[in-house]
Amino acid sequence: MGVGIEVRGLRAWFGASEALHGISVEMRPNTVTAIIGPSGCGKSTFVRCLNRMHETIPGARVEGEVRIGSTDVYGNGTPAVEVRRRVGMVFQKPNPFPTMTIYDNVAAGLKLNGFRNRRELDETVERSLHMAALWDEVKDGLKKQSGASLSGGQQQRLCIARALAVQPEVLLMDEPASALDPISTAKIEDLIYQLKERFTVVIVTHNMQQAARVAEWTGFFLMGDLIEFDKTQKIFTTPGDKRTEDYITGRFG
Amino acid sequence: MSVSLACELNTQKRPELHLADPQPNVSKLEVVASTTPEPAPQMRRPHASTAPDKIFKYLTVTAALSVVAVVLLIVFELVWHSRLAISKFGFGFFAGSDWDPVSGEFGALPFIYGTLVSSLIALIIAVPLGIGVAIFINEMCPRRLRTLLSFTVELLAAIPSVIYGLWGIFVLVPFLRVHVDPLLKANLGWTGLFTGPIYGIGMLAAGVILSIMVVPFISSITREVMLTVPQNQREGVLALGATQWEMIRTGILRNARVGITGGIILGLGRALGETMAVTMVIGNRPEIAKSLFAPGYTMASMIANEFSEATSQLYLSAIVEIGLALFLLTLVVNGLARLLVWMTTRGSPSRVYG
Ligand SMILES: Nc1ncnc2c1ncn2[C@@H]1O[C@H](COP(=O)(O)OP(=O)(O)O)[C@@H](O)[C@H]1O
Ligand SMILES: [Mg+2]
Repeated sequence: MGVGIEVRGLRAWFGASEALHGISVEMRPNTVTAIIGPSGCGKSTFVRCLNRMHETIPGARVEGEVRIGSTDVYGNGTPAVEVRRRVGMVFQKPNPFPTMTIYDNVAAGLKLNGFRNRRELDETVERSLHMAALWDEVKDGLKKQSGASLSGGQQQRLCIARALAVQPEVLLMDEPASALDPISTAKIEDLIYQLKERFTVVIVTHNMQQAARVAEWTGFFLMGDLIEFDKTQKIFTTPGDKRTEDYITGRFG
Repeated sequence: MSVSLACELNTQKRPELHLADPQPNVSKLEVVASTTPEPAPQMRRPHASTAPDKIFKYLTVTAALSVVAVVLLIVFELVWHSRLAISKFGFGFFAGSDWDPVSGEFGALPFIYGTLVSSLIALIIAVPLGIGVAIFINEMCPRRLRTLLSFTVELLAAIPSVIYGLWGIFVLVPFLRVHVDPLLKANLGWTGLFTGPIYGIGMLAAGVILSIMVVPFISSITREVMLTVPQNQREGVLALGATQWEMIRTGILRNARVGITGGIILGLGRALGETMAVTMVIGNRPEIAKSLFAPGYTMASMIANEFSEATSQLYLSAIVEIGLALFLLTLVVNGLARLLVWMTTRGSPSRVYG
C-alpha cells in the first residue's frame, strides 16, 4: 500500500549553490503527483531528496524534514539504505544492468535484501513484470537475454519492474518517458495510472499533457521554489499564480 | 557579410584550387563560415604545397610498418637461431624436465613451470590487492589523498626491476625467512606447498616480489575501467537500497569485469616476462618442486643467466628456443589483455553497457 509524503522546509544545495529554497508540500497515499516546471528548476533535485539520492552527489546537502509514512527520512536513526528500499526510483534514462539477465535485473533488489527462496523470487519477478506490462514480451528470454538487449521502452519498463519488485511504498519517476517513443510512452502512462492502486507515485515531467493524463495532483516548480500545488485540473484550468499560468500557456520555459 | 567577402577573396586568389574543387562554392562557404568569421589564414598562403604532408605521411607510415617489421624480424631471428634445438628435440623440448648442458640434455619444462607458478603466485596476491587499491582510490579515499595515492601506486611501476631485486634480497627474503615462511610451514605445511628447508629465496619470494611489481598495472587499469561505468549504473543500484559495498560490487565491478580481466592479464604479461628481480630471489635451479620454499627458475631468468655461458651451439640454440616460447607467450597474453581493455573503454559499448 502507498503511504503519504510530507515535506517541510526542504532546502537542498549543490556545494554552495542552493537548488531548493524551502519546499513544503503534502502528498496523500495512493495518489499520482506530477512535478512540472522549466528545466533546471529543481524537479529532479526535489524527488531525489525524497529517497536520499541527492546526498550521493559529492558536496550535496539537504536541510528540512521529509516524512514518508511514519518514517522520518532525514531522522537521526534512519539509514539512507532503508529509505531507498522503501522508496523506489525510476530514472530518466533507462538503466538496466547490462551484465544481468532480465530475470536477474528484476530480482536484483530482492537479492540485495537477502531474498534467496527460489520460488518466492520467481513469483515476485513474474508479478513485477506483469505489473510493468512487460511479462508477455520477455517471458521467453527471461533467463537468457541481457537486460540491455531490450528496446528503450522495454528497458524502461524493466527498470519499473525492478523498482516494483522490492515492493516500495512510494515510487519516484524522473521523466520516465522523456527518452521514449510515443507508443512506449503511452504504455508507461497506462502503467502509472494503474500503479496508484498500490503505490504513491511522484512523477517528474515537462510534458504537460502527460501530467494532465496521469496525475490527479500537480506541483509547479520555478527556480527552486514550489510555486503552486493543487489538483491537476485546477492547475491547468484556473491556476492561482500568474507564473503558473504563464508556464502552462507556454509563455516561458 | 564579411564571411562571403572573405570567401570571394579566397577564391579569387586561388583559382586553381577553385577549379579542382568538386563543389567549389558550397563547400568553401561552409568551411569559412563554420570555422571562423575571419578568413582562415592557411587558405591565403600563396604557395601551399602538399609535399610536406606527403613526406610526413610516408615517414609515419614507415615508422608504423617498421614496428611490425621488427616484431616479424624478432620471430624470424629466434626461430633461425633455435633451429638446432627445434630439429633435435621437436615438441619434446617443452615436455622434458632435464636441463644438463654438460650431457647435452635440454628440456624446458622446469622453466615453463617456474614462470607459470611464480606468475600465478603474483596474481593470487596482486589481484585482490590491485582491485582493492583501485576501489579505495576511486570510491572511498578523500579527494586530496587521491592524487597522492594514485601517484605513489603508479610510481611503483617506474622503479627499475633491479632495485626490486635488491630490495628483495636485503628486505623481503630475510623477512620471509624469519617471519612468514615458518608461519606458513606450521599452519599450511599439510598442503605440501610449504614444506622443506626454508632458505627465504625461492619460488614464493619470486611470486611475492612479482606481485608488488604487478599491482600498479592491475590497479591503474581497474581504476580506468571503473571510471567508464556510467553514473546511472551506480544510481540504479543505490536506488534499490544497496549499501556502498553492494553498489561497488553490483554497480561497478560487475560492469567493469571484462576490462578488469584485461588489466589482470596485462599484469600477468608483465609477470611472465619479468627477469631481473626474479633472477635475484628465485634461486635459479631448474627443478620442479611442489614446495614453494624450494628454489626454481623461470624462462626469463634462465636466459639472462646462461646466455653468456652457453658453450655449445645446441646449448645456445636451446636457450634461444626458450626465448621464442616466452616471446610468443607474452605476445598472446598481452594481445588478449589489450583487446579486453579496449573492449570496455572504447570498443562496442553495447556489449558492455547496453
Ligand atoms: N550534479 C550537480 N551539480 C551541481 N549542480 C547541479 C547538479 N545537478 C543539478 N544542479 C543544479 O541544480 C539546479 C536544479 O537542477 P535539477 O533538479 O536537475 O533541475 P530539473 O530536473 O528541474 O531540470 C539547476 O540549477 C542545476 O544546474
Ligand atoms: Mg531533471
